[in-house]
Amino acid sequence: MITLLEVRDLVKTYGTGEAATRVLRGLSLRLEAGEMAALLGPSGAGKSTLLTILGTLMKPTSGTYEMLRHDMIAADDRALTEFRNAHIGFVFQFHNLLPDFTALENVVFPTAVREGRETPAARTRGRDLLVRMGLANRIDFPTANLSGGQKQRVAVARALMNAPDLVLADEPTGNLDRASAMQVMDLIGEINREEGTTFLISTHDEKIAAFCRRQIEVADGVVTG
Amino acid sequence: MLYALKIAIRYLTANKAQTALLVTGVAVGVFIFIFMSALIGGLAEFILSRTVGDISHITIEAEDRDPAVLIDVPGHVLTVTERGRTRTATLAEAETWLPLIEAVPGVRAVSPQITGAGFLTRGAQVSQVSVTGVEPGRESAILDLDGYIVEGTARLGSGLIVLGRDLADDLALSLGQTVRLQSSGGVTALLTLSGIFETGNGAMDGARAFVSLPVARTLYSMPQGVTRIEIKLDDLNAADATALRIRSLTGLDAVPWTDGAEQLMEALNAQAQTGYFLKSFALITIVIGVASALMLSTYRRRPEIGIMRAMGAGRNFVVFVFVTQGALIGLLGGILGAALGYLALLPFPPRDAFEPGTLPMDITQGSYGLAITLTVIGAILASILPARAASRVDPVTAIGQ
Ligand SMILES: Nc1ncnc2c1ncn2[C@@H]1O[C@H](COP(=O)(O)OP(=O)(O)OP(=O)(O)O)[C@@H](O)[C@H]1O
Ligand SMILES: [Mg+2]
Repeated sequence: MITLLEVRDLVKTYGTGEAATRVLRGLSLRLEAGEMAALLGPSGAGKSTLLTILGTLMKPTSGTYEMLRHDMIAADDRALTEFRNAHIGFVFQFHNLLPDFTALENVVFPTAVREGRETPAARTRGRDLLVRMGLANRIDFPTANLSGGQKQRVAVARALMNAPDLVLADEPTGNLDRASAMQVMDLIGEINREEGTTFLISTHDEKIAAFCRRQIEVADGVVTG
Repeated sequence: MLYALKIAIRYLTANKAQTALLVTGVAVGVFIFIFMSALIGGLAEFILSRTVGDISHITIEAEDRDPAVLIDVPGHVLTVTERGRTRTATLAEAETWLPLIEAVPGVRAVSPQITGAGFLTRGAQVSQVSVTGVEPGRESAILDLDGYIVEGTARLGSGLIVLGRDLADDLALSLGQTVRLQSSGGVTALLTLSGIFETGNGAMDGARAFVSLPVARTLYSMPQGVTRIEIKLDDLNAADATALRIRSLTGLDAVPWTDGAEQLMEALNAQAQTGYFLKSFALITIVIGVASALMLSTYRRRPEIGIMRAMGAGRNFVVFVFVTQGALIGLLGGILGAALGYLALLPFPPRDAFEPGTLPMDITQGSYGLAITLTVIGAILASILPARAASRVDPVTAIGQ
């Protein structure tokens, strides 16, 4: 087993003084490469907060975070931006896609922003990913015209564009019906098996959680199981 | 950064109505800028052509001979200028200077002259005149004598004289008749009226006589040299610099028209300042308009900016996307405004044909390039603040909204 990332004693406090809310209270967690894990816990437990920290979009108040042997706490914004681009994919619950761009343009974004333009090679890969997500007939669709389930599949394709080591998904199926949700999860499972991409998926849905090989319970700001 | 450009263009085209409105707003500002430039420039042109169009732009006059100094009691100096002396002061080596002055860049015409006072007598009528002897062929070099001729011709020659309308009327003189001219030096010549001019300027039309330079030589007993050299320039605004140049080149006391025209210059200056003021306001309006529109767009696109940042777009990339939008808006609005300004100025008469009573718009002074350049720079500056705000969007709160 190769350790992909490890966090120790993560503390996250929002606000200061009277208004200070301590959300993470010394949380430690290790993810191995190729894992498919569900992040569970009651609302307000700190799941989104943890995913945001793991995604390097926010720094914890204290604690250590190492990923691929990089110290993610010490790195500056520029280094983290590059790191995210190369190694981490995101799927959010809302506001996932750039509304003024087509499905394909959204998918190739992570590569295009790195290379400074949309290369034919990037387009080819983007197209392949969309086909794989069952969106062969939606490739050049404006994303505004896609259904919720289709949007989330485009988002998954985009998260996979730069072949990341880790995909963080915060309630990716939260506003989808059961059929669409299971379709998205099937695709995620397939990618995980075939490419060894690590997934960490927060969810309130037992069925989704059961779909994952590992379940991580968060309560009161620590991992409880 | 081709990719940032693509995104900027997409953002602008995604909201066509808003972009069109914004570009139109910028274009209106540019239009005002150009209209003001053409008006202020045309007005200055108009005023200058009215006031100094017919005068010498640089004048070299013979220096007075030192007045005789009479020593009285020690400590007191009395000076006396003998009568008749000033007039005989000459630019003796004028001939040698002329080619040199003509070769100075920006000099359009040079007119060596002998000037003096005299009396015109015809029968019992006597009129005082100021006589100007000019070289035949250069009659219209400074004053457009040819253009003011109402009868006969401006062409001067031996035995010929050209007078103003009022003066000719005073003397009841008509074309082809002779008149006696007595110079202040006492020399008399019998001259034939060969042309009558009318400038509309009373002092000119009622008291000026033009003769050829050889005639003036005889009248003022000046076998060589001249009393005055008048110089016309291509650009009358270059008078100060060119006068300086001629002075250092020849050592002669070349005086630009601006000497003694302080009031006019002040008025023109004030007018130009007003123009700058209004043009600055047009630019400021553009900057504020672009800044506020982009600020709004930044705010509206916060979630997207957050997504882009999460996907690995750097801060500079985000800055570039928004600054490029500003630059494009400035460029489009600038070009549109400049084109509209040009079209709006087309119906106005050209600068050579300004008519009193209409706005003297000078289409050539629209400063189109400057307007577009300043607008693009202004729009870029205006977009810096929104762009920086956009680059500082926190992905977490933006996406979490
Ligand atoms: N920016 C913030 N400022 C202050 N408090 C915050 C902020 N973000 C989150 N919190 C608080 O932190 C706690 C944990 O929030 P978080 O979003 O991580 O929970 P969650 O486990 O994802 O919940 P859910 O299942 O409802 O999505 C909540 O009590 C929330 O109110
Ligand atoms: Mg959450």
